[in-house]
Amino acid sequence: MIKHVENPVLEVHDLTVSYARKPVLWDIDLTLPQGSLVGIVGPNGAGKSTLIKSILDLVPASSGYSKLFGDDLANVRRRVAYMPQRESVDWDFPASVLDVVLMGRYGKLGLFKRPRKADREVAHECLRKVGMEAFAKRQISQLSGGQQQRVFLARALAQEADLYFMDEPFAGVDAATEKAIIGLLQEMAEQNKTVVVVHHDLQSVVQYFNWVLLLNMRLVASGPTEQVFTNELLQEAYGGKLTLLTEVSELVQKGQFAAREKQGYRG
Amino acid sequence: MEAFVEFFSLRDPNIRYVVLGTILLTASSAVVGTFTFLQKKSLVGDAVAHAVLPGVCLAFLLAESKNPLLLIVGAFVTGWLSLVVIDTITRNSKIKEDTAIGLVLSVFFGVGILLLTNIQHSGNAAQSGLDSFLFGKAAALLPNDVRAFGILAVLLLAVVGLLYKEFKILAFDKNYAAILGLPVRALELTLTTLTVLAVVVGIQAVGVVLMAAMLITPAAAARFWTDRLSIMLILATTFGVISGVTGSFISYTATAMPTGPWVVVIISIIAGISFFFAPRKGIFFRVRRQMNNRRMILDENILKTFFNLGENDHSFKEARSWDQLLVERHFVPRRLRNGLARLRRQGFLERQSAGWVLTQAGFEKGKRTVRLHRLWELYLTQYLRIAPDHVHEDAETIEHVITPELEQKLQEKLGFPEVDPHQSEIPYR
Ligand SMILES: Nc1ncnc2c1ncn2[C@@H]1O[C@H](COP(=O)(O)OP(=O)(O)O)[C@@H](O)[C@H]1O
Ligand SMILES: [Mg+2]
Repeated sequence: MIKHVENPVLEVHDLTVSYARKPVLWDIDLTLPQGSLVGIVGPNGAGKSTLIKSILDLVPASSGYSKLFGDDLANVRRRVAYMPQRESVDWDFPASVLDVVLMGRYGKLGLFKRPRKADREVAHECLRKVGMEAFAKRQISQLSGGQQQRVFLARALAQEADLYFMDEPFAGVDAATEKAIIGLLQEMAEQNKTVVVVHHDLQSVVQYFNWVLLLNMRLVASGPTEQVFTNELLQEAYGGKLTLLTEVSELVQKGQFAAREKQGYRG
Repeated sequence: MEAFVEFFSLRDPNIRYVVLGTILLTASSAVVGTFTFLQKKSLVGDAVAHAVLPGVCLAFLLAESKNPLLLIVGAFVTGWLSLVVIDTITRNSKIKEDTAIGLVLSVFFGVGILLLTNIQHSGNAAQSGLDSFLFGKAAALLPNDVRAFGILAVLLLAVVGLLYKEFKILAFDKNYAAILGLPVRALELTLTTLTVLAVVVGIQAVGVVLMAAMLITPAAAARFWTDRLSIMLILATTFGVISGVTGSFISYTATAMPTGPWVVVIISIIAGISFFFAPRKGIFFRVRRQMNNRRMILDENILKTFFNLGENDHSFKEARSWDQLLVERHFVPRRLRNGLARLRRQGFLERQSAGWVLTQAGFEKGKRTVRLHRLWELYLTQYLRIAPDHVHEDAETIEHVITPELEQKLQEKLGFPEVDPHQSEIPYR
């Protein structure tokens, strides 16, 4: 079940993504309405992170494309924020919490310029939102996992965007923090910002999100939560392994075929 | 001593040039090297350093003179080329980056040595001193060299100053920099170019063989002392400059000595000192902290044992004998003896003819440890649903870790319970 919308804030068109020619996402085609709080749900290795990375041009598409605000990413970067998985960086880096949150402002600052007082104030405000204002001067190597997660969240907030992509923001945070963060995200959605969240806890999906993507190498479903979050569709996403698809993927890799006709395939 | 005064008073203009040159060279390589180090590209620095040698030799062969500008250009070209080759190999084949680096390093350096040997046997009079590019000769720096290298070094420091925040985000989270729309490719290219430049600037003083050490070691040593990038840069520069100036002093006094090895010996000593003695991160402090922790755990366990014995026969004021203590808990006798002596010194125990007895302070401390142990057992069974017969081991560790604030929280969360899962009373104040 894939529901499309008019004037989408994000359109993914027939997207196929491969690593070393092995496709991990097949023919993803979806649209998202503005102001929605979207959960991307699917088993481990389903390609949830890859989908976000491909939309954000960090991983090249074998075929297909994404449009944000009806435009290419390059033209709308200022309006798009990203929060990567915590494990994607080495936290043993000489920087303070404030330094890292200020990085969220670099896009607006441009080359050569140092962060201004206004940027500092935004950063402090974002730290306050995630309950980390007391840690502004702390070195990031001394943070716990949940605190690192919140620093990354604050950094994404500091981008002051209209469309947010967050990869597992709740991994490793305690229940109280999770509640505070989801409250924050819901508030943002009410202000007509769109928030796309990779989520692994099925229990809270209905409560948190008003739009859900079910993903497992292909798009199983995309639509309003109550229509998508059904036993049948979940079964399809989580249940029966997609052995056929996996096998074909491996064949493609062995044969070194391109997943599709070459269309802007890079690397 | 005379040489020392003469060298460091900087009265001789030649010496002034040498010192100024060395400071600029080492400072620029330390600053650039800090970012190379944080990007985890130390090996790349080594490859570039070796790969500039054929460039230097080729430039000499073409120009038939040691024109510093030409040598710089030559070094720059082959240094750069080596990086392109490494990049091409890793992108287009299954060869891993470290293998590609090793390959490129040895091939370029091999060619360089070949050319150098050829030049030396060619009988060209101008070639004397070219071999100082191998191990460096700061004392042979001419005013001309210093001017050329100095301008480069200043340029290099200026670029790093301008792109400070960009290089920082590049080293920490490259993908995020790309999302923000920063020109990641161009920035990487700039940083690589700076690395090559730093090497080119440094080889005159340190030589190609040991140049990588001047790039990476100051940063690695500085990392032990600080968690802040700005301070790390300052420290790395200071370490680099100290070793550079000392090295050139030695090669000034003993003219047969090449500078490079001495500079590297000194920076290695600094790195070694950092490795062992830096607060918090140094080995020495870590070992000491571990020892302190182990001692604290032992002391708390001894006092806890006194408290347990007191609980058993409802008397906390009684002296306990050596054997009684060993029966109640399996102590290592030697450790127990040390611990008892220490606790006595610290006023937690008193010695009596029949054995040792708790002081009031010792009693409170023992009681607290027992309280934490039992509270934690209760917490594990109630909140984590762990079977009561599985919680003791865990509590044995945690009882030594819980801070007074956590203790307060734990008590409130559990509602000041009276007994633990084994029905032992929880002793409050
Ligand atoms: N850099 C990479 N190179 C090769 N394969 C990758 C890479 N990143 C992810 N994969 C593979 O792609 C698939 C999808 O990964 P990912 O998007 O991280 O899944 P998810 O986030 O849903 O757990 C997995 O099979 C994973 O092993
Ligand atoms: Mg993932």
